[in-house]
Amino acid sequence: MDAKKFLGQLIEVPGVSGYEDQVSKLIMDTFEPYCDEVYRDDFFNVYGKKLGNKSGKGPKIMLAAHLDEIGLMVKDIDDRGFITFTNIGGVDQRILLSQEVYIHGKERLFGVIGAKPPHLQERNEARKAVPMKEMVIDVGLPAERVKELVTIGDLITFKSPLVELTGSNVCGKSIDDRAGVVMMYETMKELDKLVFSGEIYFVATAQEEVGTRGAIISTYKINPDIGIAIDVTHGDTPDASRDDTHAMDKGPAIGVGPNMHPKLTKKLMDVAKEYGIDYQVEVAPGLTGTDARSMQISREGVPTVLIELPLRYMHTTVETLNLDNVKKAARLVAQFIASMEEGWEECLTY
Amino acid sequence: MSDLLKRLTEARGVSGNEDQVRQLILEEVTPLVDEVRVDNMGSIIAFKKGVKSDKKVMLCAHMDEVGFIITRIDDNGMLKFAPVGSIDPRILPSKRVKIGDKAIPGVLGIKAIHLQEPSERETAAKAKQMYIDIGAKNREEAERLVKPGDYAVFDSECVYFGDSKVKSKALDDRVGCAVLIESLKGSYPFDLYACFTVQEEVGLRGAKVAAYSIQPDIALVVEGTTCSDVPGVEPHRYSTRMGEGPAISIADLTSYSNKKLVSLLIECAEKADIPFQIKESVSGGNDAGEIQRARGGTMTAVVSVPCRYIHSPSSVADLNDINNTLRLVQEFLKGCEAL
Repeated sequence: MDAKKFLGQLIEVPGVSGYEDQVSKLIMDTFEPYCDEVYRDDFFNVYGKKLGNKSGKGPKIMLAAHLDEIGLMVKDIDDRGFITFTNIGGVDQRILLSQEVYIHGKERLFGVIGAKPPHLQERNEARKAVPMKEMVIDVGLPAERVKELVTIGDLITFKSPLVELTGSNVCGKSIDDRAGVVMMYETMKELDKLVFSGEIYFVATAQEEVGTRGAIISTYKINPDIGIAIDVTHGDTPDASRDDTHAMDKGPAIGVGPNMHPKLTKKLMDVAKEYGIDYQVEVAPGLTGTDARSMQISREGVPTVLIELPLRYMHTTVETLNLDNVKKAARLVAQFIASMEEGWEECLTY
Repeated sequence: MSDLLKRLTEARGVSGNEDQVRQLILEEVTPLVDEVRVDNMGSIIAFKKGVKSDKKVMLCAHMDEVGFIITRIDDNGMLKFAPVGSIDPRILPSKRVKIGDKAIPGVLGIKAIHLQEPSERETAAKAKQMYIDIGAKNREEAERLVKPGDYAVFDSECVYFGDSKVKSKALDDRVGCAVLIESLKGSYPFDLYACFTVQEEVGLRGAKVAAYSIQPDIALVVEGTTCSDVPGVEPHRYSTRMGEGPAISIADLTSYSNKKLVSLLIECAEKADIPFQIKESVSGGNDAGEIQRARGGTMTAVVSVPCRYIHSPSSVADLNDINNTLRLVQEFLKGCEAL
């Protein structure tokens, strides 16, 4: 399956943090042909294990990209069947009006998010964003039917399919970080063309959006020599500062800062240069908001690098990604893994 | 009806650029009428000769919808735009649009929540600060696909959901267009002019010239109107209520409905056991405002399908209301001859 098709499938499967059952199954099935073993744990972390095709003691490397997505949750149902809700993960309330959603109750229900119409707003209200607590989901059913099908605490996901834009750009929901999962899948394919040793674990992690919990658990379980976190970073847009963003067409970003191992990061950059893969630098002065923050301090500590895919409008329903960066990042990571020849332990030192 | 409504609402037709929806309506009405023409503004006038009298009855629904027009292409490849018709800017962030005749996909993005100050999240986004991203690297790449003056519509699939609800863009007033098309399947004693107008959303401009040229004796406007029966609104400000039948207007900001026609509508509804409601607000306006004042004046009335979240990509209507509006229009036409 090609990267675009896999991404299109992934973003249509629900997997709000803590409720990743369905999306983890799709990932298991898709990883299967390219791995020696695929399994998942009780937290819905998916592990794809791939063994090196060359003898010799290679490193145990863990890649991590999170499979969970932000979403909404049912808070209450009023006596006319309108549903109020809250957010899971960071959601800008300003994107919510007129959004289409699915409520995952006893059945999957389609609904739209509405609020008091503009002409009924008081004058000063019009300048303010409509607060999430004043919005409702309308599923077009009478109250008694809604109460039969929907329970407080039911998950809500956005409906926004993958749409192709110009160039290699695509937009849709939950590309944060399903693009990272696709990038791992592409890395597996790249590795099949290369000679490498060691044990590679491709882990699609759960609950990243609510505190990198899947990474904490899975890194402990695998206890890798090297960690590679894959996530998204902010793509450049006119309304955001250039200091906070990365170009969409200049390759993946490599993280630099205390969260990342300096020698290993330099090696990653050297590999990029050697193979002519362009990259950008993401400077992270403290902890990164990625799985890398937890991988690094698992057990006795794991030397970790971070690769990020520029993404515009993160945490909206129109997240925009350049698929070229996914391909470039996959090539880079595959070559990085293949570059771990005898004496690889050296690059983990200080 | 549901298949027709899907095709109608998914067609593009921003005020001033109604080509696609006009073509669709022409194909639908041509087999049903004696004569059809497109007037100087682009409105469709479909004529069905009366079997008995020379009385002229005009049915009117507007085919245009609110949307956007591209005003400028920036060096970074982003498109600046202006709304066409009235759109609450607060619904714009994180929506998809289609631009121009080739329906180039684009998105109305907004800076990620991580990059915002908390105060920004409390402030409504302004259309002027926003832009459309089609994925172009720079101006040259964007110019190959779009140009200033191109129109854009919301990208919104028509979805049937709930217990008889439909969600789509442009329900205002493709519901009216659907009712008119269905009404043309009947035959009537008088001359019937079904008029699908342009540019209602920018000031009732198509209806003005269409009414002038038709010179009807009676005109009935079929609309999609505001339905504010949602939480946070006091019931007396609902305007209309979803599922309670077609809304009959007494007056709004552009016209007073003719009392005889209103009485006839109510009488028809009661006789045929069609649920109906009286529109409870006098805000807004529609083509009746211009038709009423055309030439020496025309008797007008308005029936509307209640539409929640109107002028958004996700407006919602009840199919029962649409079907009951059609029934009421048909009964009204039967009763017209006696007036």
